[in-house]
Amino acid sequence: MALAADHSTDTVLNARADARAQGGQVSDWMPYLPASASPFCPEDVDPDALTWAETVAPGGYTHKVLARGTRFRLEDPTGEACAHTLVYNALEPTERLNVADTQKIPWQAYLGAGHPLLSGDGRVLATIVADTSGRHDAFCGTSTAAWNVLRYGTALPEGPAPAGRDLFVKAAAKHGLGPADVPPSVSFFQGVRVASDGSFEWFGSSGAGTSVELVAELPLIVLIANVPHPRDPRPGYVVGPLRVHAWRTPESTPTTPADERFDASPEVRRAYLNTIDYAEARGL
Amino acid sequence: MTTTIDNPVMRPVTTIPVPVTTYLTPDGQLVSSVPVGASYADGTHLEWGDPLVPGAVVLDEQVAPRASWSGVVRAGQVLTIVDVGGNQSGDCLLYNAHHTDERYSAPDTLAWQDNAYIRTGTVLRSNLGRALMTVVDNEIDRQDTIGGACSRESNTLRYGHHVMYHHGCRENFLTEGAKHGLGMRDIVSNINWFMNVPVEEDGSLGIVDGMSAPGKRVALRAEIDTLVLISNCPQMNNPCNDFNPTPLRMIVTEPDVDYEVGQ
Repeated sequence: MALAADHSTDTVLNARADARAQGGQVSDWMPYLPASASPFCPEDVDPDALTWAETVAPGGYTHKVLARGTRFRLEDPTGEACAHTLVYNALEPTERLNVADTQKIPWQAYLGAGHPLLSGDGRVLATIVADTSGRHDAFCGTSTAAWNVLRYGTALPEGPAPAGRDLFVKAAAKHGLGPADVPPSVSFFQGVRVASDGSFEWFGSSGAGTSVELVAELPLIVLIANVPHPRDPRPGYVVGPLRVHAWRTPESTPTTPADERFDASPEVRRAYLNTIDYAEARGL
Repeated sequence: MTTTIDNPVMRPVTTIPVPVTTYLTPDGQLVSSVPVGASYADGTHLEWGDPLVPGAVVLDEQVAPRASWSGVVRAGQVLTIVDVGGNQSGDCLLYNAHHTDERYSAPDTLAWQDNAYIRTGTVLRSNLGRALMTVVDNEIDRQDTIGGACSRESNTLRYGHHVMYHHGCRENFLTEGAKHGLGMRDIVSNINWFMNVPVEEDGSLGIVDGMSAPGKRVALRAEIDTLVLISNCPQMNNPCNDFNPTPLRMIVTEPDVDYEVGQ
């Protein structure tokens, strides 16, 4: 009741005035529009080139369709973010991140600079082009409601411990995709390694201020859920805010044969060839 | 509290502490950094009420503030919704439980009855013009089906981008709908039980202070098996819940007699 006393909403005109008076505020977690107005534009990026600027809340999610060639950087300002990430071919979203191929084709389990995020269709959806964290995971996916109930005693989407999958389902819905369209995901900023006996070793964060930068090799739907890693050993549901910036410049192109990473391995070279073949046939 | 982490990949670095709050869960206390929305203030008067239509109770559930709910009301059964804390918008969508392509239609409901408000006797119609449910009893002057649901996205238009992270009714509809195979295409203009949206003479329209009170009820008889989705509105930027989100109570009865409108 104390809050209602702060508002005068007895008539339509008063309610309208009350709503409009709330404009122009800032919060710790919000998208910045236009993106060039981001208060956190990376130092090495021209603000006018930004196409997406946002701080994602702890336990929050975001999503965007990005043009081919877009660079997007995820930053962990507190060392507590965990960016569970899915990418889809925006033109044909049945083509989507395939975690098994993403690990198997490059013969490498751990994500880092140069690692491609592969679809199940032999193409690269995005490439990690820079990484100052080195603590990521492609084994454990994201949390489910059943897991969070076990871990935290609750998993209500409106509560203090939302599950990553539930956030993905909502983000996917906003691109016409359903629960069947949410495959296993990768996560950035909280590391896991496989020990010799197969057990997962928790490495966690490498600290505040790290970032991961990717390039969109095709038009992408990007879904991000910022929730604790399922193996985070801490009793609390602790996750920090996540910064997202994306930009396009004449120099920021999809991977081409001129890039060193194009020829990093015979497998990835063929993946880039497949991707370019698809893009050229579609007139992209 | 700061923690230094030994990092084999890079130099050791220091983390910035993330603010946390302690929440009560069914398992005890949980420390969380999630910015959870508001719930009703201490001392809020709650009246849990009773079924409006006498009969055997086949379902009786509480919907917590901010939460979503769904259930199937079989043909002939009556759903009583109790506005436990008063002026709490219960955003509501209805579907033919067997063919969800047939769903609630605000324009059909209003056009058939030639009136912009829902009252006792209103037949809640589908997009095929058929009766899904009938309002057999109602304890407030009028109910709304004009104001629609709040969403993260529309909140940025009405209040600003700083509230985008807030929970909203469309989030609840997506969460609850996904349990029944429903997605974005299935969300249509909805009913808002206990919310007040007047249309004034000059066309001004908007959500204003409610006319309900703790314990006020509405009773809906299912004409066919009806899937009911509810979002207990978490909105804190307009008076759709008196800026004080409170619970709802959902009671389904098998009526003792063939219950007539307003009986």
